[in-house]
Amino acid sequence: MWNWFHKLASPPHFYRIAALLEPWLLWPALGLLLLGAYGGLVLAPPDYLQGEGFRIIYVHVPSAFLSMFAYVLMAAASAIGLIWRMKLAYCVAAATAPIGAVFTFLALATGAIWGQPMWGTWWAWDPRLTSELILFFLFLGYIFLREALRDRSQADRASAILAIVGVVNIPIIHYSVEWWTSIHQGPSIAKMDTPSIAGDMLWPLLVMIGAYQLLFFAILLTGVRAQVLEREKNARWVNDLLVKGVTGESVG
Amino acid sequence: MMEFLAMDGYAKYVWGAFGISAILIVATVWLSKRNLAATRQRVLRRIQAMEGKQ
Repeated sequence: MWNWFHKLASPPHFYRIAALLEPWLLWPALGLLLLGAYGGLVLAPPDYLQGEGFRIIYVHVPSAFLSMFAYVLMAAASAIGLIWRMKLAYCVAAATAPIGAVFTFLALATGAIWGQPMWGTWWAWDPRLTSELILFFLFLGYIFLREALRDRSQADRASAILAIVGVVNIPIIHYSVEWWTSIHQGPSIAKMDTPSIAGDMLWPLLVMIGAYQLLFFAILLTGVRAQVLEREKNARWVNDLLVKGVTGESVG
Repeated sequence: MMEFLAMDGYAKYVWGAFGISAILIVATVWLSKRNLAATRQRVLRRIQAMEGKQ
C-alpha cells in the first residue's frame, strides 16, 4: 500500500497515470451529466410546493456539494504537503483552488436564481449563503496569495496554512441550517436513512452529483499535470517527455 | 414541447441555472486543457532555448 502510494507520489508516474485516467473520467462524466439532466428536467415529477422551479436543485446541489468537497481536498492536500513536504500534494492543492472557486460561484449563482422565485430575493445575509460566500472568498484568497508570492516554497506554505485554517468554515456551512434560523431549507439527502425527497426526484440528483464528482477529478488531473510540468521543468523526465515524447518513470 | 420549455412560468430561472452551469463547466474543461497545452509549449520552448545555448 505504502509502496503504491510512494510510487503514485512520483511526479513522472503521476503524470503518466493522470494522462491515462483523464478521458476515463471525462467522458463518463459527460454521459452522466446528460442522463442526470434528462432525469431532472424531464422524468422527475414537479414538486408539490415549488412546482417546476425545484428542478434548479439538479445543478445547485451538486455544485454546492462539490464546492465543500473541493475545499476539504485542498486543505487535506495542503496538510500533506506541509507535513510530508510532498510536492505533488501542493500541486493538487493549487490545481483544486480554481476549480473549487468555479463550482462555489455556480452554487451561489444557481442558489440566487432559485432564491428569487422561491424566497422573493436574489440574496439574503442568511448563515448558509454567507458561509458559502466566505468559502468563495477563501478560494480566491488562496489563488491570489499564491500569485502574490514569487518564492514557490513560501507560496506553498503560506497558501497551505490559509487552506487549513479556512477548513473550519466547512462544518459551519453544513450545519448552519441547524445551528441558526435560516431561510435555506434543511438537508434533504444527507439523512440517507429517511431522505425527505421522493425516489423519482432523488436518482437524477445522485446521478448529477456523481457526474460533477467525475468531472471535477477529470479537470483536476489536467490541472495537476500542468502544475507538475511547471514545477519539474528542469527534470530529465520532462525533457524526455516533451522533446522525445517518452514518458519516463525515473525522476531526472 | 412549448409547455416543457415554459416550465410552468419558471423557464427563465430553470434554463438560466442550467445554462450558466453548462457554460461554466464547458469553459472550465476547455480552459484547463488550454492551460496544460500552454504549459507544455512554454516548458518545451524553455528546454529548446537551454539546448540552443549549450
